[in-house]
Amino acid sequence: MGAGRIVKVSGPLIVAEGMGEARMFEVARVSDSKLIGEIIELHGDQAYIQVYEDTSGLGPGEIVEGTGHSLSIDLGPGLLQSIYDGIQRPLDSIYDEAGHYITRGIDIPGLDREKKWEFTPDESLEVGQEIGAGDFLGEVRETELIVQKIMVPPTIGKGTLKKKPEKGSYVIEDTIAEIETADGVEKVRMYHRWPVRTPRPVVRKLVPINPLVTGQRVIDTFFPISQGGTATIPGPFGAGKTVIQHQLAKWSDAQIIVYIGCGERGNEMTDVLQEFPELIDPLSGRPLMERTVLIANTSNMPVAAREASVYTGITIAEYYRDMGYNVAVLADSTSRWAEAMREMSGRLEEMPGEEGYPAYLPSRIADFYERGGRTVCLGSDERIGTLSVVGAVSPPGGDLSDPVVQATLKVVKVFWSLEDQLAFERHFPAIGWLQSYSLYHDNLEDCFRNDVAEDFGRIRIEAMELLQKEAELKELVRLVGIDALSSQDRLVLETTKAIREDFLHQSAFDPDDAYTRLLKQYRMLKVIIELHHACMKAIERDVPHRKLTDLPVRERISKMRFVKEDRLEEFDEIMKDIETQITERSTESRVGAE
Amino acid sequence: MVTEYSTIGEIAGPLILLDGVDHATYEELVEVELPDGELRRGKVLEVDRSKVLVQLFEGTRGVDIAKTKVRFLGRGLELSVSPDILGRIFNGLGMPIDDGPKIIPEKRLDINGSPINPYARIYPKEFIQTGISAIDGLNTLVRGQKLPIFSGFGLPHSELAAQIARQATVPGAESAFAIVFAAMGITFEEANYFIRDFQETGAMERVVLFINLANDPTIERIATPRAALTAAEYLAFERGMHVLVIMTDITNYCEALREVSVARKEIPGRRGYPGYLYTDLATMYERAGLLKGEKKGEVLEGSITQIPVLSMPDDDKTHPIPDLTGYITEGQIILDRVLHRKGIYPPINVLPSLSRLRDKGIGDGRTRDDHAQVANQLFSSYARSKEVEELAVVLGEAALTEADRSFMAFGDSFERQFVQQALDENRTIEETLEISWKLLTMIPRTEIKRIRDEFIDRYLPGEGKAGAGGAAGPEGEAAADRGDRRPGAGAGETGDKKTEG
Ligand SMILES: Nc1ncnc2c1ncn2[C@@H]1O[C@H](COP(=O)(O)OP(=O)(O)OP(=O)(O)O)[C@@H](O)[C@H]1O
Ligand SMILES: [Mg+2]
Repeated sequence: MGAGRIVKVSGPLIVAEGMGEARMFEVARVSDSKLIGEIIELHGDQAYIQVYEDTSGLGPGEIVEGTGHSLSIDLGPGLLQSIYDGIQRPLDSIYDEAGHYITRGIDIPGLDREKKWEFTPDESLEVGQEIGAGDFLGEVRETELIVQKIMVPPTIGKGTLKKKPEKGSYVIEDTIAEIETADGVEKVRMYHRWPVRTPRPVVRKLVPINPLVTGQRVIDTFFPISQGGTATIPGPFGAGKTVIQHQLAKWSDAQIIVYIGCGERGNEMTDVLQEFPELIDPLSGRPLMERTVLIANTSNMPVAAREASVYTGITIAEYYRDMGYNVAVLADSTSRWAEAMREMSGRLEEMPGEEGYPAYLPSRIADFYERGGRTVCLGSDERIGTLSVVGAVSPPGGDLSDPVVQATLKVVKVFWSLEDQLAFERHFPAIGWLQSYSLYHDNLEDCFRNDVAEDFGRIRIEAMELLQKEAELKELVRLVGIDALSSQDRLVLETTKAIREDFLHQSAFDPDDAYTRLLKQYRMLKVIIELHHACMKAIERDVPHRKLTDLPVRERISKMRFVKEDRLEEFDEIMKDIETQITERSTESRVGAE
Repeated sequence: MVTEYSTIGEIAGPLILLDGVDHATYEELVEVELPDGELRRGKVLEVDRSKVLVQLFEGTRGVDIAKTKVRFLGRGLELSVSPDILGRIFNGLGMPIDDGPKIIPEKRLDINGSPINPYARIYPKEFIQTGISAIDGLNTLVRGQKLPIFSGFGLPHSELAAQIARQATVPGAESAFAIVFAAMGITFEEANYFIRDFQETGAMERVVLFINLANDPTIERIATPRAALTAAEYLAFERGMHVLVIMTDITNYCEALREVSVARKEIPGRRGYPGYLYTDLATMYERAGLLKGEKKGEVLEGSITQIPVLSMPDDDKTHPIPDLTGYITEGQIILDRVLHRKGIYPPINVLPSLSRLRDKGIGDGRTRDDHAQVANQLFSSYARSKEVEELAVVLGEAALTEADRSFMAFGDSFERQFVQQALDENRTIEETLEISWKLLTMIPRTEIKRIRDEFIDRYLPGEGKAGAGGAAGPEGEAAADRGDRRPGAGAGETGDKKTEG
């Protein structure tokens, strides 16, 4: 733990001398105001430190002290419903202390040290039994909705239980159990600290097999993500990345949500903060905030802490994953994280790679998404937890050749491509159906077949083929006009219009439309496809296509998004309407022909 | 005691490099005395042991190595504020340049400000009526929003910004307001246009001006918006006023930033702009919004609404300046050359324009219950009309279907009647919605998919009569439907188109 002196200040980077004892990635306290920084490079006794707070007013000669610790965060009861900055300082407490603006040198721990939690021990534990990392010691009801399991931290090796946990009310620093290990007696508290840049260990990774149901039709039906999967949403500004992330945070069936606002707008975090406590989770009936942790390092907050924010977020997510929960991390936007890396790299005068980004950008991105997955967690019960990771990317000009987009696409399995043309037309979510993909279809097939419908996959494929056909036909129409198309082709255009406008289009702001369950999604698409089949057959019987394009049932289809989830039998009625109306039209035209 | 140095080692562009400095700090304010006694200001960009890199706001012309003296002032660049700044004119560094009395500062504030804690914000929801349909109806501005105007050379962004400043009100609310105007590198005429406007409308005593003109020192404009926003923060959050900040032209600001970056030999980002441009712009644009009040659930009186104006080089929205701005602000109003050539004022292209705060700022109790759905319908119908227009260019109008043609007519009327309005025309939101519904009569009712039936029944003019035709077969009915809804085909005049088919 060295104490050194500043010799250079350049924006968020400072260089200190006399830091011979410092280690890489050690946290240092800079100047008398004890600003928090992290050592990111060492040359002899010179340490290069990225400072997580504003460095104005700093100059050579001021003191720098190592702390001996890597950048770590508190993990324990009290994380849920918190809002943290990039290095886990609670923004609500900062507000209480400093007012509207974030001032420097504020030091507040991530978890409240005074708050008492009711702890219930695991009844089966016996003194003398074998116990090790990941094993449950008991639990704390962290919110009405979520029980936090208190586990033996990953750093403690196998041993025997020396002091058994007792029921009671504890602060997080209280010791609740003691374990006799080869290295001596380890005390286990209600919380522990973990270095954010180190992934929390798991036993092994598994193939993801369950969908993360988001209630967004274009996602769940066409481009699904699995629990433990990875996805990216690149798109130009205003195309809808944040709204989709918010939708996932609100409606996806993950049990825990970690939302990372990384270098984005302050108001977007405020929106979540004001809205989530009021929104009721349709599955549990509890406010959504009770399962949510927010990390907010907005664009105007210090750049270096922005870089750290994604690690802080994913570490918290891993912690809940370790308890066996299904956790989702939503990071908006990973481009700002990459830019923070680029800025530090520039100041370190490293050799720049593409677009000035450091050469290690792709590996950092890969490492980040690799922390997601479906895994067997530490602990003798071999429980399974999942960690899904969804990252927005904000490429300059919406150009997908951007290095951050490219590096991300290499590692993630789902690509939701946002297109500004769709956004201009206010077709939301503006996820382009021709470019986007999901590589999880095969993994999820069984689950969809069993839980939704036997032919769910088949109608999805058919709908997708129609959409592809539409693109070709539109090209043709552009060249030769609509009249050159056959009746069949014109019908295809009619059907794809319904797929786009009545299925894919979904308003996030309409309370009845914002969320659609899988079964209803299936019924909706099925209706459109069945109508298509019926019309095709009618055309084969020489019913003129215009008799089929203005079927009254089409209007009903355009409103089916508003069918209530508990009134799905309305879809049976729509199916009947299709049948009767087509028969009607068929007879009419036969009569007309005579 | 302030020590004085005459140890300039190097001068490069707007930068000077000093050696042998004992104590300088990052971002410290510097005073430079030229051989002829002229005083200039600068700030420290980097300190490396005894070497200090300083950026001079008023440039380095006339600075020499031998005789120029440099003093470090031990603080950052500050703005003196008091309620007396209202009605006054300052230069780009925040020093008064009118002939008014000396301002006795209530306090001095560092122009960089501090980041607003996101936890301390209140989400903006209060509808501002600008009286401009393309904004109020489709890209609604709310109090506390940052909504830039993306413009281009020769387009009427100043007229639009001035009209907004003139007309903006929050219906039903009387409150103290102020305008902070920051000019960065614009011409005298442009600046004067605003000043005259403020004078003519009697708003001048509620305006604070920060003026850096095209012929003023380039680097000074890096400080201008920050000085302006510091004044705005003071007026809004310490004096409880609702402040509208107009900053024009952000492009000139960014160019100044690039000049410094080039002089520092930094690794350039896209088009030579520094890689930290996003962060730099964000530290300005994020200085907008509403804050929490004393008690839980209360809003602090006062707000900052920003209308930055920028010109897109080559009208290119993907140029880094509009691009990064769009990534930070809460939407954008985009001016369009084609509309301008058609003689449409304001030439707002509503499709790529956007107000992200619209959805929570409108609707029942704020504007009107049908507002959101009407807006969505107008967007998608206008988009469709553009598609049809394109098709017509390739294939000729003859190839269009009946429905296509109704959309094309709609598109044209939309531009002429909805978007277009006079420089002094101040429409209420009800008027804007009324025009919208009138326009929607031009398209077949079956194509109105984004609006719920209850609203259509309630607001669509001539509704209730159209369905009465009855007897005709399904096809005839559809045609009659369309015929009935041409503009002017209301109750009295008959829809003479009915007879086709
Ligand atoms: N699903 C949706 N339903 C309705 N409106 C939407 C939807 N998605 C996006 N929008 C509209 O688009 C606007 C922009 O969306 P959003 O803020 O998510 O863009 P973004 O891609 O995150 O942009 P940026 O990169 O600048 O942050 C929203 O404010 C909203 O008006
Ligand atoms: Mg966003």
